[in-house]
Amino acid sequence: MTNLLMLIPVALALGLLGLLGFLWALKTGQFDDLDGAAHRILFDDDDAGPGQPPGPGGR
Amino acid sequence: MTESCRHCGLEISEGVSGEFCCRGCEGAYAIVHGLGLDTYYRRRCIDPAARPLRPDGDVGAAYDFTAHTLRNAKGEDEIHLMVEGIHCAACIWLIEALLNRQNGVVWARVNMTTRRLVIRWVPGENTAASILAPVQRVGYRLVPYDPAKLNRENEKHEKELLRAMAVAGFAAGNVMLFSISVWAGGDMGPATRAFMHWLSALVALPAIAWCIRPFLGSALTALRAGRTNMDVPITLGVLLTAGMSLFETITWGRHAYFDSAIMLLFFLLVGRYLDSRARGRARTAAEHLLALEAVSVTVLEADGTQRTVPPERVAAGQTVLVATGERIGIDGIVAAGVSDIDTSLISGESVPVAAAPGVRVFAGTINLSAPLRLTVLAVGERTLLAEIVRMMETAEQGRAKYVALADRVARWYAPVVHTAALATFIGWEVAGAVWQNALLNAVSVLIITCPCALALAVPVVQVIGSGRLLRQGILIKSATALERLAEVDTVVFDKTGTLTAGKPELVRDGGWNEGDLALAASLALVSRHPLARALAAACPSARSAEDVREEPGRGLAAGDIRLGSRQYVGIADGGADAGPELWLAVPARAPVRFAFTDEPRADAAAVVAGLRRRGYAIELLSGDRRPTVERVAAAAGVAEWRAECAPADKVARLAELRGAGRKVLMVGDGLNDAPALSAAHVSMSPSTAVDVSQTAADVVFQGGRLAPVAEALTVARRATRLVTQNFGLAIAYNLFTVPLAVAGLVTPLIAAIAMSASSLVVIGNALRLSRGRK
Repeated sequence: MTNLLMLIPVALALGLLGLLGFLWALKTGQFDDLDGAAHRILFDDDDAGPGQPPGPGGR
Repeated sequence: MTESCRHCGLEISEGVSGEFCCRGCEGAYAIVHGLGLDTYYRRRCIDPAARPLRPDGDVGAAYDFTAHTLRNAKGEDEIHLMVEGIHCAACIWLIEALLNRQNGVVWARVNMTTRRLVIRWVPGENTAASILAPVQRVGYRLVPYDPAKLNRENEKHEKELLRAMAVAGFAAGNVMLFSISVWAGGDMGPATRAFMHWLSALVALPAIAWCIRPFLGSALTALRAGRTNMDVPITLGVLLTAGMSLFETITWGRHAYFDSAIMLLFFLLVGRYLDSRARGRARTAAEHLLALEAVSVTVLEADGTQRTVPPERVAAGQTVLVATGERIGIDGIVAAGVSDIDTSLISGESVPVAAAPGVRVFAGTINLSAPLRLTVLAVGERTLLAEIVRMMETAEQGRAKYVALADRVARWYAPVVHTAALATFIGWEVAGAVWQNALLNAVSVLIITCPCALALAVPVVQVIGSGRLLRQGILIKSATALERLAEVDTVVFDKTGTLTAGKPELVRDGGWNEGDLALAASLALVSRHPLARALAAACPSARSAEDVREEPGRGLAAGDIRLGSRQYVGIADGGADAGPELWLAVPARAPVRFAFTDEPRADAAAVVAGLRRRGYAIELLSGDRRPTVERVAAAAGVAEWRAECAPADKVARLAELRGAGRKVLMVGDGLNDAPALSAAHVSMSPSTAVDVSQTAADVVFQGGRLAPVAEALTVARRATRLVTQNFGLAIAYNLFTVPLAVAGLVTPLIAAIAMSASSLVVIGNALRLSRGRK
């Protein structure tokens, strides 16, 4: 019984953590462009990193 | 041997030397190469369905970007644009790299899913027009839009569903954990069981309260209107289940169904979310409609100054300037100037009409060859364009009455289920059971009949059906489009742009030689007239002749050489209308005639024949002239055709067909088709269509072929058959389990198993749609 008292809150807390993470991702627009996100990972960042603002000095 | 252009990838016509198909592409390549972005050409893959990356001559002509520039909270300038011509991820990379190299640009990002672009830059360091110029010159079309005007409702609804789905998923997983321990723990004492139930209640009740809202809202709307839909039994079932489970938990009973209730919600939300996403892309495409409203108008004040204002701020009677290549934003009368007007948006005719003082012109048409001064007659809501949009909306209201199959089933399903539950309660009461037990059995009837499978039967098939069509470039926009497509027995085509490709092409009839063509093309290059463009396109190696004058409405001249209409080169009117033509007159030689034709799509005849074999009646309704329509009808093998139809005539013909009991699929692309598209039982538009008709159509298809029409009809019929089978399966499952529930034999474990099993069977059946091509 004492195991349960510890394990159940832990299980719930972990699940809740995942849920909150998902809701956070949703709110910050991580799911707005699923097609783009899948491809962006393949871009090289060596020049004018697409999707990233250029550095302060410009390029 | 033809090679493809290094920039746009289109085939280079014979007789052109070099690696490019035209000078626009050569310039575009120079920009990309000059910035060291050549990697783009290695990485990209060309999507034949998208617009080729060929720069237009009219870069930036139509839009005034400054009117759409916003100042954001951080003090940066910001502009939102829709991008046309994105093929693959490399295009995104190229656009962003091009923009990020401009002075002052702080942020540039393309959303690949919605094809929209946001740019922010430091004000004063640069202007929108100069930032965007390289992107336009490379060949992308940019249309600014106002993010505040965009309909965000659907987007918000979709996010709401996703959030509810996440919460339901979390709750379902955790509650199931507790439920399994209850089912497995045969030796569990009542106190521990009650504890587990309380924990389930703690997780499930708030989740149910939050996730039921999409269903509750729709159920209440339906009930208020005196109807019932699928959401009514769902809501009632879930709420009763939750209520009874809570009661059982409080009284330390055995029958807590929290897991079933929340799992049901989770399954349904998954279905709803996928369903709404499947149509999301088509909807975004349709939102390009806003682009039409983005036109700005140049007003000439009494004191001679010019002002650029949105069309709605122009008053009747004012004078408006329309530059060459600009879309006209108002209805008016030509006050000064002679030009050609491209009226294809309104009339569907591919050949432009001449405009001279006194001629009426309409909003939405394009001024092709020379600047015009117009006296404003009507603006905004009173223009012909607005009139057509209104006709479309009226027609659409009629179609909105169509009741989805699922809701038709729900109409009799809900009363039957509720009567069964009531009968169970009364039955047990009469048999002398305690009222709690009688109620328990009645509620378990509701739980077991809760239409999990029934509610999944339609959306799952829809998602798989539209996914299969999407892979072939067919976008389903309307929720009931597949059902309505399956009922179709008559297909009505519009000519321009539907059966045909929608742009004139030079006929190689042997009346001229290559030298004539090269000479004519060198003149034609300076004009925006569609026939001149078609001529120039037929001879891409031509270099522009020097000193070409355009005489609007008549033709082009360079020295003694003339290219233009019959009258312009001095030939008496031949009487009979021989279709679109241009004449080339060189001194001391007989004039040469170039004829043009709007070619039927490559597979038009085959598709029409195939549809007829499958028993569809085919008709052709066109706004074009008689001889042209007759020829196309003959080429495509359509026996029943009508020419010179005004938008209202098309609607009238469709009403006539409907009166005769026919279910009509209308395939059309012009603005003049939009009312007819809305009036038909179901409608399709090619993706090259004007925005209004894409908005009006239920289905939009991409590419240069007509085969998608046949494919959509096939998939729709199969999908509807699967939906019916799914309903059959769901009902069979109910027939089997309801007696158990009535007899009071259902336990939470049985309910959970039955519910998952029936859902899986329905989903499995629906998956058959994605397999097996014809």
